[in-house]
Amino acid sequence: MNGFPLWLLFIAMALGTFALRFSFIYLFGKVEMPEWLRRALRFVPASVLAALVFPALTYSNGVVDLTLGNIRLLAGIGGALVAWRTKNVMWTIVVGMVLFWILQAL
Amino acid sequence: MQPKHQDFLAGAQDSLPILLGVIPFAVICSVAAVSVGLTPFEAMGMSFIVFAGASQLAVLQLIGEGAVWMVMVLTAWIINLRFTMYSATLAPYLKDEPNYRKAPFAFILSDQAFGVTMSHFANEIPANPAWYFYGTAAAIWLTWMISAIAGALLGTLVPASWGLEFAFPLSFLALMFAALKDRPAVIAALVGGLIAIISKGLPYNLGLILAALLGIGAGVLAENIAEEKMEGAAK
Repeated sequence: MNGFPLWLLFIAMALGTFALRFSFIYLFGKVEMPEWLRRALRFVPASVLAALVFPALTYSNGVVDLTLGNIRLLAGIGGALVAWRTKNVMWTIVVGMVLFWILQAL
Repeated sequence: MQPKHQDFLAGAQDSLPILLGVIPFAVICSVAAVSVGLTPFEAMGMSFIVFAGASQLAVLQLIGEGAVWMVMVLTAWIINLRFTMYSATLAPYLKDEPNYRKAPFAFILSDQAFGVTMSHFANEIPANPAWYFYGTAAAIWLTWMISAIAGALLGTLVPASWGLEFAFPLSFLALMFAALKDRPAVIAALVGGLIAIISKGLPYNLGLILAALLGIGAGVLAENIAEEKMEGAAK
């Protein structure tokens, strides 16, 4: 954390997030959302979430490992199948974690 | 005209089915917070102050990796950029409401409240649309808070040997697949994900932010190309 107080981190996250949530509700009638921004925003979740997932599954001990020895990758692929079929957070975690534990025990 | 509390209750009632998804997600956010070393009180505080699960999970993962705070805050803001879309869509229905009421309900605007509200408005606009939205937002917020408290207490019972940090990428996977609605979105995800792998070595986890921005750009580009093709075919 580099000594940065946790509560200040929460407050900084929250202030920005509130500004985003209140933005156009507050500004209605004064400012319209530009079309290019509307188009770009649509891709935020897919892009950011993939950027969080891909390295977490492919890196093992600091290097990219695409072999069968990388159990996070294998369990992640299992989790991805569940995520794709169900789009359900809880089931994806349950199946992915169980796979992870089984592979770890092997 | 229908009384306001009736629309408020209708909104809350229509949110009931989606609460089944809200409860485990809120529990997961708290358990995850405790697993990276936050106290139960800090875990609850994070949910109470921020109230945006995906960004909380992303920041918790970054705390676990020892990232710098500026990158954590920026990452949270980028993930939450989507709220401006919801805000712009809801704005016309809230235009006659006073700010002292709009502000607190904007604070508890969630993906789920937006989803329930807009899918209802697609069929029928209630007499007091603002109050219908307030009802969904309040029901989801209350459920989230109770579940977050339960999760924070549960989290202390989970031993570190379970390797629960692997639940982070798994939860992002599920949220990601829910966002892959068409081909440009898939391209945005592929580009964002691959750039994130390549740029992981950049200092301060800046690779994450770079990857997110390039992924968004790739999505916009893919959509533009698809539209040009459609126009070309129409001619």
